[in-house]
Amino acid sequence: MAQLPTHSSAWDMSPPEPVDLSSGKYVKLWQGPQHPGITGNMSLELTLCGDEIVECKTHVGYLHRGFEKFMERRTFIQNFTVVCRIAVPEPTFNEYLYSAAVEELAGIEVPERAQWLRALNLEMMRLASFVMWTGGMSGAFGLYTVPNWTLTYRDYLLDLFEELTGARIYHMYIVPGGVRNPLPDGWKERTLEILKGTEKLLYEVERVMFNNAVFKARSKGLGLITPDMIDPYGIVGPNARACGFARDLRKDEPYLVYDQLDFEVITGTASDAYERAWVRQQEMHQCIDLIRQMLERTPDSGPFQARMPNVLHWKIPPGETYLKAECTRGEYGYYLVTDGSEYLRRVHVRGPSYTHAIAVMERLAVGTNIADIAGLMVSLHTYPPEIER
Amino acid sequence: MKLKDLISPFFVWQRAFEKPYTVSMRPIEERPGAPAYRGFHINLSEDCVGCGSCYTICQNHAIDMVEVEGLEAKSGDSGLRPRFDYGRCCWCGLCVDICTAGSLRMSNEYAWFTTDADEFRFVAGVENKSWDGRTGGYHRHPDYHLFPPKRVEMDMLGPEESVESFTEVVKGYSEEQARLEADRCVECGICVATCPAHMDVPDYIRSIRDGDYEKGLKLMYRTNPFPATCGRICTRRCEEVCPVGILGEPVAIRWLKRFIVDQVPAQEYQRILNDQPGSSGRRVAVIGAGPGGMSAAYYLRRKGHAVTVFEAEDKAGGMLRYGVPSYRLPDAALDKNLEYIRSLGVETKFNTRVGRDIQLAELLDGYDAVFISTGLWVPSSMRIQGEDHPRVMAGLRVLDEVANGRDPGIGKSVAVIGGGNAAMDAARVSRRLGAEVTILYRRRIEDMPADPEEIHEAQAEGVRIVIQAIPVEVTDAEQPGRVAIKWGEAEMVPDPKGGRPRPVLQEDRMHLDSFDTIISAIGQGSDLDFISKQDQEQLEVKWGKFIAGDYQATRMQKLFVGGDVANRTADAISAIEDGHHAARGIDRFLTGSAGSGTP
Repeated sequence: MAQLPTHSSAWDMSPPEPVDLSSGKYVKLWQGPQHPGITGNMSLELTLCGDEIVECKTHVGYLHRGFEKFMERRTFIQNFTVVCRIAVPEPTFNEYLYSAAVEELAGIEVPERAQWLRALNLEMMRLASFVMWTGGMSGAFGLYTVPNWTLTYRDYLLDLFEELTGARIYHMYIVPGGVRNPLPDGWKERTLEILKGTEKLLYEVERVMFNNAVFKARSKGLGLITPDMIDPYGIVGPNARACGFARDLRKDEPYLVYDQLDFEVITGTASDAYERAWVRQQEMHQCIDLIRQMLERTPDSGPFQARMPNVLHWKIPPGETYLKAECTRGEYGYYLVTDGSEYLRRVHVRGPSYTHAIAVMERLAVGTNIADIAGLMVSLHTYPPEIER
Repeated sequence: MKLKDLISPFFVWQRAFEKPYTVSMRPIEERPGAPAYRGFHINLSEDCVGCGSCYTICQNHAIDMVEVEGLEAKSGDSGLRPRFDYGRCCWCGLCVDICTAGSLRMSNEYAWFTTDADEFRFVAGVENKSWDGRTGGYHRHPDYHLFPPKRVEMDMLGPEESVESFTEVVKGYSEEQARLEADRCVECGICVATCPAHMDVPDYIRSIRDGDYEKGLKLMYRTNPFPATCGRICTRRCEEVCPVGILGEPVAIRWLKRFIVDQVPAQEYQRILNDQPGSSGRRVAVIGAGPGGMSAAYYLRRKGHAVTVFEAEDKAGGMLRYGVPSYRLPDAALDKNLEYIRSLGVETKFNTRVGRDIQLAELLDGYDAVFISTGLWVPSSMRIQGEDHPRVMAGLRVLDEVANGRDPGIGKSVAVIGGGNAAMDAARVSRRLGAEVTILYRRRIEDMPADPEEIHEAQAEGVRIVIQAIPVEVTDAEQPGRVAIKWGEAEMVPDPKGGRPRPVLQEDRMHLDSFDTIISAIGQGSDLDFISKQDQEQLEVKWGKFIAGDYQATRMQKLFVGGDVANRTADAISAIEDGHHAARGIDRFLTGSAGSGTP
C-alpha cells in the first residue's frame, strides 16, 4: 500500500510529496486526451501503485481555442455566434449570459416575452445536457444500454431545438436584444409529448441504473466531497448540492423569470458519485416540471426583441459587469469590459469545470481505483472546453 | 443489497425491440430538416442588390462579394454577389438576418456531398445548387431586426402653420435624432455610386455617429460645395437606391447632410476646410452663378485659377434662389454656401448678361477658358390657344417675383398646370399668398415627376389636385379680370410598346373653370441667344441643350458647359457635379497635365 498524501485541512492545497519513481513501485499512466471517460480533450497524468492512484495531475491545452482573446476582435453581434462553442453540450447558457451582459452594458431592456423564451430555452438545455450526462455516467461504469436510451432522448430534445432555433447543437437563438424568433406553431404540444416520454425514460433509468447493484457498489462512496471542501475548492451546482449545500442561483439570485416559478432546491447528503447522480436525476424531473410551468405561462404575443441599434457599428459605452446563471454544473459567469468602442476590451468566462476538473479532480482522484477514474470524472460533470476558453 | 437491485438491471431488455432513432440502419434515409433549419444558402440573385452587409457581418470571413458573369452593375445594384466559402461558414445565419434586400435565406437541407472541394465555395443563386427553389429553411422573422427599419421622423411645421408663412417647413434633426438616424446606415456605398456628385455618404454619416461634424463637412466639400443647399432640396437619388429602404425606409441621407452643415457655423468654414488657393496665373470665365457655375468656380479657385463669374441677376444662386421657394430653401442656407465660395476670391459680376452687356467672343478672347452654365429659364409653352392671355403666368415668374420680395398679383383663385416640382412650388407659394389653388395634371398622381413628399405636403396645405385633366383652351372669363380654362378629362391608354400609359383627351367630357390666374409650370427651356447660330451648329446644340464631351468639354476650344443646359436630369446635384467635373477638365486643359484627378 502506497503512502497516500495527507492534507491537514481542505484549505491546504500544497502539492503532495513527490513519489520516488525510481523505487519501481509506481507506474505512470496517461488517461486522455481522447479517452471517452474524460468528456472532452484533456489528460490525466496518473501515478499508480498497483491499481490505486497515488497522484493525479491534470493537463489541459489540447483544444487551443483562446475564445476570450478571439472575442476581443469580433463585434458584439459577431460574438454571439462564438460563445455557444465554449461549452458544446450547453451553448444556451453562454448565449444567455453573453447577451444579458451586453444588454446590461448597453442599457437594453429585454421584453418580457423574450425573458420567458430565454428561461424556457435554458431549462430545455439543462434537461438535454443532463440526459446526455446520464448516459455518460452509466457508460463510465460499464452500463452501455442507458447511453443508447438517453442519446435517443437527447435527439428528441435536439429535434425540438432544431425546430425552434434552426440548429441542433449551436442554437444561436438567444441574441443580444432578445431571441431570434417566437415559438413555432404546434411546438408546445410536441414538447409536452416529448417531455412525457422523457419522464418515462427517467423512471426506467432509475430502475436499470440507480437500482443496479453494480452501479451502486461502484459509485457509492466514490469521490467523496466533504463539506469543508466546498468553499476552498469553489465547488458549485449539483456537486455542492449533493453535499447538502442548498445553493442555486435560480433561487438565491433569481434572473429572468425564475422568481415567478415554483420550485425547490434539491439537495443530498452522501456527497459521493452516486449522490451527485441522484441529485441530477431529481433535477431532471424538476426541469420537466419547470418547462411545463413555462410552456403554460410564456406569452403568445408581444415583442421578442428590444429595439436594437444597427449591429454593424454597435458601440457600447465604457463599463464592466459580471453576470452569472445556474448552469447544469453550477455557477456560470461572464465578465465583460467595454471601452466605448465596437469591440470588447476584455471578456472572461467563468465555467464551473475550471475548479471541478482540475483542483477537485486532482484531490479526489487520489486513493481511488484506476477503473473508477472515468466514473469519478463524469460524476463531477466537467467540460474541458470550458477550462480552455 | 436488495433483491430488487439484482433484478432491475434486467429491465435493459425492455426497449430491445424499439426502432432506433439516432442511428438509422442502411440504407440511410434522408430526413428532412426542420422548417426553419439553417442549412445551405439561397440567394435570390434578382432581388439581391449586392450591398455587402452579409460580407460585413460575417465573423468568419466566409463571404466575399464577387463579380458575376452576365450581371452588370446598375443603379441601385453594385453588380456584386456574395460567394460563400463552406470551409469557413459556421451557419450562424447572421448574413440572412442582416440582408437588407431580404434576398438571402437558408434551405433546410442537412447534407451535401461532392468530390470536388472547390464546389464548396460558390455564389449562391448564381451557381445552381440542388436546393435552389426549395421553400423550407431559415428566414429572418419579420419582427426581428439587426438594424432599425424605420427612419427617425422629421419634425415639420404642420400644414395649418406652414401655409401661413414662408418659414422653412422642415425643422431639422436634433443631435440625438441625427445620431439615431445615422446609426441605420449599413455603409454599403451604393448611394455613392448613384449620387451624381459621388458624395462620400457613408463616411459623412459615420462622422455624425462619431460626433465629428468638422470631418463631415470636409468630406462633403470634397465633392459638393453646396451641402447646405443639397441638404434641403436635393432630389436625393441616393435615398431611392438605399438598400435599407427595400424592406424598411431608406436612411434620411438628405436630412443628415443638412444636419452636419447646420452644426458648423459659417465663420468656421475657412479654418476647417483650410482652402488656400494659390495663383496659377490662368483666368477662367464662368457664365451663370447657379449651382453649376459656382461649383466650377469653387473647384477652379482651389486649383489656383482666377475665376470671374458673370451673372445676369443681381445675386448668385441661379435657380436655387429664384426657382426654389424659401420655405424649402431659406436664403440664409444658400448664402452660407455661396459666401464661402466667394470668400476664396471668386470674382462675381452681377447684372451682367452675356450677349447683352458683354459678348461671348470677348470672354473667349480675354480668358483662358470659359464655362457655360446658364440653366433653363424660358418657360415651356402649353401649346394651347389663348395661352398669351394676360392672366396666364409662368410658374417661374411667380417664384422669381416672390423670391425678390414682390407681389406677383395672382389674386384669390389660381390654377396651376403641371405635375413637377416647379408646379408644386408654384401651388404652395400661391397658397401662402392666400389663394385657393387647383393643380391640373394630365396624368395620374403616381406619374407626377414631383417629389412624392412635395405632392403630399401640397395636398396637406390645401392644394386641390385634379388628375387626368388636359388643358384645351384659355379664354376670357365672364367676370372681368379673370381667366377661364377649358379642359377635358383624359383616359389613360396603355402603351402597346410597354411604356407608361398615355393620356387621351375625352372630347365629350369637357369642363370650363374660371380663375384669377393660371400658372403654367410644365417645364423650361434654355436661352442660348448669346451664342451665334453658327457656333450653336458647331457645338451641336440640340433641343436647346449642349452635348458635353469628356470633362464637360465642347467642340469649341476653351469652352466647357454644364448644368441644366447640358444634362438630362436638370437638377442641382447634377449641375454641381458638372461644375466639379468641368473644373477638373479645365484644369487639365490649362495645366496640360492629367492632374491628380481630385481637384
